Amino acid sequence: MTAAAATKPEARTGYDLARVRDDFPILKELIHGKPLVYLDNAATSQKPWQVINAERDYYTHLNANIHRGVHDLSQRATDSFEGARGKARQFINARKNEEVIFVRGATEAINLVAASYGRSKLKAGDEIIVSEMEHHSNIVPWQMACEATGAVLRVISISDSGELDMDAYAKLLNERSKIVAITHVANALGSVTPIKKITQMGHAAGAVVLVDGAQAAPHIKVDVQDIGCDFYALSGHKIYGPTGIGILYGKEALLEAMPPYQGGGDMIRTVSFKKTTYNVLPYKFEAGTPAIAGGIGLGAAIDYLNELGLDHIASHEHDLLEYAATLSRDIPDLKIIGTARDKASVFSFTLGRIHPHDIGTILDHEGIAVRTGHHCAMPVMERFGIPATARASFALYNTRSEIDALFAGIRKVQKVFA
Amino acid sequence: MSDLTDLYQEVIFDHNKRPRNFGRLFEPNRFAKGFNPLCGDRITLYLSVENGVIKDVSFEGQGCAISTASASLLTETLKGKTEAEAEAMFQDFHAMVTTDEAQPTEALGKLEVLSGVREFPARVKCATLAWHTLQAALKNQQDPVSTE
Repeated sequence: MTAAAATKPEARTGYDLARVRDDFPILKELIHGKPLVYLDNAATSQKPWQVINAERDYYTHLNANIHRGVHDLSQRATDSFEGARGKARQFINARKNEEVIFVRGATEAINLVAASYGRSKLKAGDEIIVSEMEHHSNIVPWQMACEATGAVLRVISISDSGELDMDAYAKLLNERSKIVAITHVANALGSVTPIKKITQMGHAAGAVVLVDGAQAAPHIKVDVQDIGCDFYALSGHKIYGPTGIGILYGKEALLEAMPPYQGGGDMIRTVSFKKTTYNVLPYKFEAGTPAIAGGIGLGAAIDYLNELGLDHIASHEHDLLEYAATLSRDIPDLKIIGTARDKASVFSFTLGRIHPHDIGTILDHEGIAVRTGHHCAMPVMERFGIPATARASFALYNTRSEIDALFAGIRKVQKVFA
Repeated sequence: MSDLTDLYQEVIFDHNKRPRNFGRLFEPNRFAKGFNPLCGDRITLYLSVENGVIKDVSFEGQGCAISTASASLLTETLKGKTEAEAEAMFQDFHAMVTTDEAQPTEALGKLEVLSGVREFPARVKCATLAWHTLQAALKNQQDPVSTE
């Protein structure tokens, strides 16, 4: 059976897929003369007009620095930026706006916690627990905190299917466990972790829990109060918003007790050479002029997601993932890396002895954008004994015909390397 | 527009499938490891150098078709060359795969099949990994070289 013959009508989606695709101007681009099939959404998602226009409107009508001007334009910019914070608060169901800190992205959010909370609280011999399937951004900041404090990094192993070994986690927890930092959805494998249970177990041992939600936020309705976590990190550009903006959620009491991360304007109340006092939350952690347009763009992206409904988006993406898994059964050499029972939107694979980099170049010539390499998760590659994978990752605007194009491309790769 | 067949020429498939001089030399007196962190390619290059002449050369490791073929072709081309000639070939090769103006020099011989790489900027590091490793091996530099 050829991939073309396998084409089925688009599954029923909870929103008008054709109309939604029209919202994303980049989807009309040609790559090497062919229509772009963008399947690198786990790296970054494309932006709808609503987000592009929000940024443009800010620069056209609102551009002024925030939180300081007495002039009207500054007030309007401030209202717009703070309005976006309110949208972000609702998006993750935080209790208060004070608990929502604008950062550059999930990476900066984790670095903020590792540097501020980690370095001020950790002592030699304390333990930080991460998992084997973390992105480098949820490993390296903790290694740096360990180097600075003498704390020790402990690692929860994963199974052959890419699921967290919860027994191993239980065994790692002890009175020295101070921080648990775990992904909500693993970027290289797509595994969804039982994050509420992980949080409860971490708390029972007396640790604070940080959740890396960079890959989860585009697919799963995040409720930080339900999860119960102490910190939650996400990136705007992975939820159809601009690059350079993201959110750190933190419980108010913890954030209050933490020292500032960076010093500068906006994060202070008074400055003198004798003593400087810091601003209140969330500004204490927002030194310097933030990405104002980015924050407003992120607010627009959140509005967009709310309009479509994350449950509709998740079920559409799940359909695409199932469809890809079905088509892959016709290709004996194709091995899916990451087969967790609960999985979101990531189709990571190897193809016999053909190197993922070669797969990526040939697919690119068909207009198909996938990620190839270690996906900033080198320990995951080591776990599976492979140098790299090819990864197709699906978003709300992808279609079954695009999955067909991917599989036609994979067959072309095999033909070229036959 | 760049054409896939400019990159994936028959010679490259041949060397990818059957890499020449693959394995460890019996008694190398120089070696170096190379790593391309972007795609996970790793190679080790072994040299036997006598009186400034590369008597024998081999490699082992794993990588994509371009990096494997480039390493294989490198070993074939280097045998019998002086260290100075090898260094000059590195410069010629690097120019060939990174600049539009540079024409393959005669000294490069069959390495010319890799000239198509310059149309694929993302793949230049695959083609040059073996050559960066060669430079380290000639200096007998023990720290792994990285393309990043």
